[in-house]
Amino acid sequence: MNTSAWMEIGLFFVILIGLVKPLGWYMARVYAGQPCGLDRAIGPVERLLYRVSGVRSDEEMTWTTYAVATLVFNGLGVVVVYLLQRGQQWLPMNPQQLGAVAPDLAFNTAVSFASNTNWQAYSGESTLSYFTQMLGLTVQNFVSAATGMAVLIALIRGLTRRSTGTIGNFWVDLTRSTLYILLPLSFVFAVVLVSQGVVQTFSPSAEVALLESTTDAEGKSVTTQTIPLGPAASQIAIKQLGTNGGGFFGVNSAHPLENSTPLSNFLQALAILLIAAALCYTFGDLVGDVRQGWALLAAMLVIFVPMLVVCVWAEQVGNPRLTEIDVDQTSNPFQSGGNMEGKEVRFGAAASALWATATTAASNGSVNSMHDSFTPLGGLIPMWMMQLGEVIFGGVGSGLYGLVIFAILAVFIAGLMVGRTPEYLGKKIESYEMKMASLVILIPPMVVLGGTAIAVSLDVGRASVTNPGPHGFSQILYALSSAGNNNGSAFGGFGANTPFYNCLLGAAMLISRYWLIVPVLAIAGSLAKKKYTPPSAGTLPTHTPLFIVLVAGMVLLVGALTFVPALALGPVIEHLQLTATR
Amino acid sequence: MLQILRTSTIMLALFTVITGVAYPFAVTAVAQIGFPKGANGSLFEKPRGAASSPAHTNARDWRSASNQPPQWAGSEFIGQPFSDPAYFWGRPSATAPVAYNGMGGSGSNQAPTNPALVDAVRDRVAKLRQEDPENLAKVPVDLVTASASGLDPHISEAAALYQVGRVARLRKIEPYTLNKLVLSHLERPTIGIFGQTRVNVLKLNLALDAKTEEVSKLVIPAPQ
Repeated sequence: MNTSAWMEIGLFFVILIGLVKPLGWYMARVYAGQPCGLDRAIGPVERLLYRVSGVRSDEEMTWTTYAVATLVFNGLGVVVVYLLQRGQQWLPMNPQQLGAVAPDLAFNTAVSFASNTNWQAYSGESTLSYFTQMLGLTVQNFVSAATGMAVLIALIRGLTRRSTGTIGNFWVDLTRSTLYILLPLSFVFAVVLVSQGVVQTFSPSAEVALLESTTDAEGKSVTTQTIPLGPAASQIAIKQLGTNGGGFFGVNSAHPLENSTPLSNFLQALAILLIAAALCYTFGDLVGDVRQGWALLAAMLVIFVPMLVVCVWAEQVGNPRLTEIDVDQTSNPFQSGGNMEGKEVRFGAAASALWATATTAASNGSVNSMHDSFTPLGGLIPMWMMQLGEVIFGGVGSGLYGLVIFAILAVFIAGLMVGRTPEYLGKKIESYEMKMASLVILIPPMVVLGGTAIAVSLDVGRASVTNPGPHGFSQILYALSSAGNNNGSAFGGFGANTPFYNCLLGAAMLISRYWLIVPVLAIAGSLAKKKYTPPSAGTLPTHTPLFIVLVAGMVLLVGALTFVPALALGPVIEHLQLTATR
Repeated sequence: MLQILRTSTIMLALFTVITGVAYPFAVTAVAQIGFPKGANGSLFEKPRGAASSPAHTNARDWRSASNQPPQWAGSEFIGQPFSDPAYFWGRPSATAPVAYNGMGGSGSNQAPTNPALVDAVRDRVAKLRQEDPENLAKVPVDLVTASASGLDPHISEAAALYQVGRVARLRKIEPYTLNKLVLSHLERPTIGIFGQTRVNVLKLNLALDAKTEEVSKLVIPAPQ
């Protein structure tokens, strides 16, 4: 690994952590309803939204009302995106005259975008019209991210409020997340991306001459190349910031017009983790003790950094089978080296591994390299990152509410060990909270492992596999891990667009998004009702290194106990095959 | 419940207008005014004096295309296929039905243990060796592995230097001159940190054609 790659990864952490406090502070002010600097510009739009939709912004909701509003709003999103796809042939802005999307694929795509997963079973530009992309998908990119943030804020209110039945107003949280946070950041970021060469236009594609003519698969001469264009930058900005991950072009952020330069690559990788990391500070600020937020961020980094190191190392070492046939995979000042199959030269192996780790730590799922071609260990890391439940950064909002659930589990287990009533941030953790927390923690593994078991035991499930041996099993496990944790990345060779997988993965995405949101809101409602318990000598402090290790350990323990057997059948065997001397 | 459904409908409609219509149009407006080149695909015209040498242009192909040849010589960010040994080759492309198909970017998605991958790489190594039997160096990995997008415009510095001997021999240019040409086309990591040192293959080959022409003019005809 050459020096520039080391410096790039080092700088990544410096800038990411440097931005946590300012952005986290800003978001805390937005959610607390305090002046944040953009009020004069955005305030009138916000008030207009409330007036037209008949929302009273000071009206408070119980957790059940909050949950119903979340589910109805998201359910409506699924229906609208489904109908847009089914009827796009009659709608405007369809220059390629694309027909209606098949029902199973339309269902899968609608669920995928509403649930902040952005699993793409459809083949990008050849299936969806501009109209569907903009009015269906881009809108869901914003509101699905805002939904995650709203649920987090509701949970924080549950922790901070005392003896009350309400946890805020969903419409207000949704609106403020979108208008004050996602929209301004996306706008600025989109313009920066265009300055780097990411396309943003409504004109049709462009024709260029080939310098050397070539022939296609049928032997016909080809003398020109079509350059795809479109309003890409605006979608890419929110796709990264909102941990959505659905690309404008088929190959996502590996496409040179979607991620044109090393700098655009660095900024996009940063944007993947930015809001999720900064929300930790927002959390600390809103609960009145910023150390609580930093502790959760530290727990994330304790897991993230070693995983990153393993992934970078595995990809930089390369593929031993290619070394045998006279290929130079060493890293030196003249080349990135490493496993370059499915990677772009401008990024190199290390920055591709950084991206792969970040995009699966966060529930983003965009890719700048093809994970299917990663080395077995390099591909194990992204898969395990998803299987840990998308709580190491995770989706915006959803990652942190997931980690808070793990923190509650940690205080509970620590409390059992010393024989005291567990408390978190002054709230007693009792059997109701633990039941709900267990649901949150157990549902995704159940979906992933159950779904994989169904898929591998059926012919229709095995038919989608495109690589031989244990890697074929990894392809199925990766798909279910991705859908079952709302990530959206894939081992790209996998033939996901079949009625079987569209339905199975669609169901997985639905369950793992909404069956988690409801118990989280239930915990919020239950905690809000409780009195504040001042810390005593027996209270476990939740901002110390001990607690950081406890939380990280809890995440790793659940993730390892649940998934090591499955991983052993896929990437681990593949690794042993690859390194065994023949 | 009905109240919530009503609010949801209106909210979704309003967010559709704001984030689905106003936002992309506003970004497009700023992009088209501020960065028209980048926003439109970073297309460039053929540089002056860089007309490709007749030996490497197939006149028949131009006639077979019914339209006028396009105005643009390429996009800065989209690679083109090269298989003529007298050009620098770019990365193998997994797009179908033709390599470097702009409308269908794709990687091979072959696993490192997939025998098809090892076979494909072995064939590419053999092809390079066959065109340049004197070069016994190991082959830089990016020159024989398919890119993620299938449209990668770059190769590493190592992959460009590896091909200098072959191209120099076929073009009858001093290897030293070609080395200099490659080095003058290096794109280095941004501020020394971001990305890898690389060469844009299309731009290098355009410059190569210009250089070939320049060198051929310098050759003094032999006295009779």
